[in-house]
Amino acid sequence: MIEGILIGLSTALSLTNILMVMVGCFAGTIIGMLPGLGPMTAIALMIPITYGFDPSTGLILMAGVYYGAVFGGSTSSILLNAPGIPGTVATAFDGYPMAQQGKAGKALAIAAYSSFAGGTISAIFLLVAAPSLSKVSLAFRSPDYFALMILGLTAISAFSSKGQFLKAMMMVVLGLMLATVGQDSLSDITRFTFNNMNLTDGISFVLIVMATFAMSEALTIIFRGKDPNRAAKQISLTELGSIKVNKEETIKMAKTIPRSSILGFLIGVLPGAGATIASFLAYGMERNYVNEEEKQKFGKGSVHGLSAPETANNAACSGSFVPLLTLGIPGSGTTAVMLGALLGFGIQPGPRLYQTNPEIFWSVIMSMYIGMVVLLILNLPLIPYIARILAVPRNYLIPLILFFSVTGIYLMSFNNFDIFLMIGIALVATFLRLYDFPMPPLILAFVLGGLMEETLRRSLLISDGSPNFLWDRPITLIILLITITIVGWQIFSTFRKKS
Amino acid sequence: MRISPTKFISLLFLVLSVFYLYTAYNIQVFAFDENAPFNARTFPIYLGWAGIILSSLKIILPEKVTTEVNHKHLDYKSIIYLIVISLIYAAVILKIGYFISTSLFLFASYYFLGERRWGLMFILSFPFVAAFMYLLHGLLNIYLRDPFLKYIGVMG
Repeated sequence: MIEGILIGLSTALSLTNILMVMVGCFAGTIIGMLPGLGPMTAIALMIPITYGFDPSTGLILMAGVYYGAVFGGSTSSILLNAPGIPGTVATAFDGYPMAQQGKAGKALAIAAYSSFAGGTISAIFLLVAAPSLSKVSLAFRSPDYFALMILGLTAISAFSSKGQFLKAMMMVVLGLMLATVGQDSLSDITRFTFNNMNLTDGISFVLIVMATFAMSEALTIIFRGKDPNRAAKQISLTELGSIKVNKEETIKMAKTIPRSSILGFLIGVLPGAGATIASFLAYGMERNYVNEEEKQKFGKGSVHGLSAPETANNAACSGSFVPLLTLGIPGSGTTAVMLGALLGFGIQPGPRLYQTNPEIFWSVIMSMYIGMVVLLILNLPLIPYIARILAVPRNYLIPLILFFSVTGIYLMSFNNFDIFLMIGIALVATFLRLYDFPMPPLILAFVLGGLMEETLRRSLLISDGSPNFLWDRPITLIILLITITIVGWQIFSTFRKKS
Repeated sequence: MRISPTKFISLLFLVLSVFYLYTAYNIQVFAFDENAPFNARTFPIYLGWAGIILSSLKIILPEKVTTEVNHKHLDYKSIIYLIVISLIYAAVILKIGYFISTSLFLFASYYFLGERRWGLMFILSFPFVAAFMYLLHGLLNIYLRDPFLKYIGVMG
């Protein structure tokens, strides 16, 4: 392994490759900040450019873009409550309230430190444990994935809905319903399209996230413009605040980062799970770990609540490279795009990659760490400038959010049906948010909907239609029991509060 | 009897779930798939029932925490303006192109939100959209169809 690390270091530390990591991180941050353009789009845009490079350099550039875009996504989540990717939705829960309290600089600094720490720890894990962890992910079967997704959806409903569990579960079902629109993945039968050709491919994730977060947030700000409490919040929104993190906050982060890194990395290793589930589960887990006083701060600008998902989503990014590099199975949508790029270079990822192209395997792993360092050095000093976006007056900021939302959708489909659909969904979401129906469970359910149906299909076919698959395997049973415990705890805490 | 807004929304969700379930049962599947353990109907049917059960529970169970919204504090006028402008923007974007429609959308939005600094409004609409288009078209190589710019010879 030492030999491999040295090969990786010698490749990753060449002048060209360091330059590529820097360019990738910077370009990724800028693209990731624009709502609608996440890491998947950023990497996809880079693929034609990388064809001129050797495979190692191309992959290093894309790894830099990946981390940069994830950080950029966190920035727009914190400053605008407009997550460009599902992995940074949980960042907005506490990052955005913190920004509204005039601590935008601090929130961005906490996000940068947490991302760096999470990425660093998980890069070390990846280095040491990549081969053995691939065996763990191989052990997961469809019923385990299905149970894991049910657990993720229940956890997000229980932990991020401020005691409104039923409302959150309704949003989960609505998200899953929206995910079923379009062609069935196996039989190609169209469902819920009502003979509209524009719905045949389903509703895009970016459209849903833009409508329920960016556009709906912009409309809510305008809608509540006459609310005196809300108006006060908007004034504080223009205060950037310091990027310095005090001792108390550092101690809080130091407690959160190790556990969120481990969780994020392990979730990231599971194919399909990725940064989204990792960040939501880390948020939920952190809320359970902290004391009652800290628990009350969740959703209102908690350091733990911001640090946990940021650490976990970056740790999961590294983790998602494990199945890609060792098994050839992408762990997320973004690594799926990277798989396409690898195949374009004529490289087949899998267990043989160690032997056939060791320099690629190790240089990508080493470049991840270098990427983390570059991201911290590059982005932390730029935070006060990035945060200036908050100083834009409301009369300009709202139309600009709407502009980025509409452009993001238009760039994807080049038709106006999607824009009409987005306006309709944003209006419904605005009214739902007014009455405390949470949007994050809807987003997660929408993202997981397709995979959930797929794993349920496989599980039911294997068990010949019997629900036995839920308790046949010990791992599925354990995940199911954790889910039941969470639901039971919700019911128990409801009755306890009543009494 | 007064029904709370949350229960009313839950009632609407119940109606939606019933309609969804009805549509799910009517999904056409292949003849050989009719009696399979899983077909294109199965997952939507589960979801329809889940929606009915959850919304019914929300309607039946007493509300512990009620969400109160003061409608006097809601700015309906501005929101209607913005929605109408957005709908017009969506309707004309394909016909008159991205540049003109987006610039006019931004300019009109600033105006209806109460902005009157004409110079700044202009800079943050026409030149801003032009710079953004250059970023997309010139640097990132993302093509944006624009009949107007094509007509005046700016774009190919």
